[in-house]
Amino acid sequence: MAVTCTGHDRNMTVSISGEVDHHAARKIMEELDRQMEVVLPRHVTVDLGGVSFMDSSGIAVLLRAYKCAGRQGGDVRVVNVPDQAGRVLRTAGLQRLIRFE
Amino acid sequence: MKVNNEAQIKFMSRSANEGFARTAAACFSAQLDPTLEEVNDIKTAVSEAVTNAIVHAYPDSIGPVSLRLRLLEDNVMEIRVRDWGVGIEDITRAREPLYTTGGEERSGMGFVIMDSFMDGVKVLSAPGKGTTVTMLKRISLRLGTGR
Repeated sequence: MAVTCTGHDRNMTVSISGEVDHHAARKIMEELDRQMEVVLPRHVTVDLGGVSFMDSSGIAVLLRAYKCAGRQGGDVRVVNVPDQAGRVLRTAGLQRLIRFE
Repeated sequence: MKVNNEAQIKFMSRSANEGFARTAAACFSAQLDPTLEEVNDIKTAVSEAVTNAIVHAYPDSIGPVSLRLRLLEDNVMEIRVRDWGVGIEDITRAREPLYTTGGEERSGMGFVIMDSFMDGVKVLSAPGKGTTVTMLKRISLRLGTGR
């Protein structure tokens, strides 16, 4: 699992790769919290292109990004969603809160 | 139901074993020649059940978790995840969407995903004794496999 955050002008891109389970989610959330405090992003793009597996822990990660961005009046979109991760996220109804592209 | 093959693994409730458990289940399921989607469904459901055991059954300690994999007749795989932890007081409530006692780290969607990705999920639990989750997945028969 790896997570990299790049951002400027209050736009932030979070690229996550590898297996996103409970074991990995803790580290992703810590990194996300740290970066969001620095960048204070208005627009967050989460790129899941490199994710090889995701369970409901990924839902908690995206909800955290959504809540955090919401506090700044911002929004979150998710891009490059692999089939398996998409099925998990849609089962939770996350597409009603977050834009999937 | 007739058991054609069975494997059992017992491991400690450490989060590093989540990946190990779902990969073991996926490997064992290969004998039924599942589609990639079916393998992913099994991996996802096992990950949810095993994570529940690791996070909720043993909140302040490390305990044993058992994963029993069975290949039954009619191309059905049975997966049983068992722990000897704190147990669930109210199973109906635990299975509701968004209900969690795990705080912000958890989404409360584990059982919803197990229900949605598998063909049957049974939960037995007794406070102080532990929890057993038994799931069934029917693997589709494919043309040209000789089965």
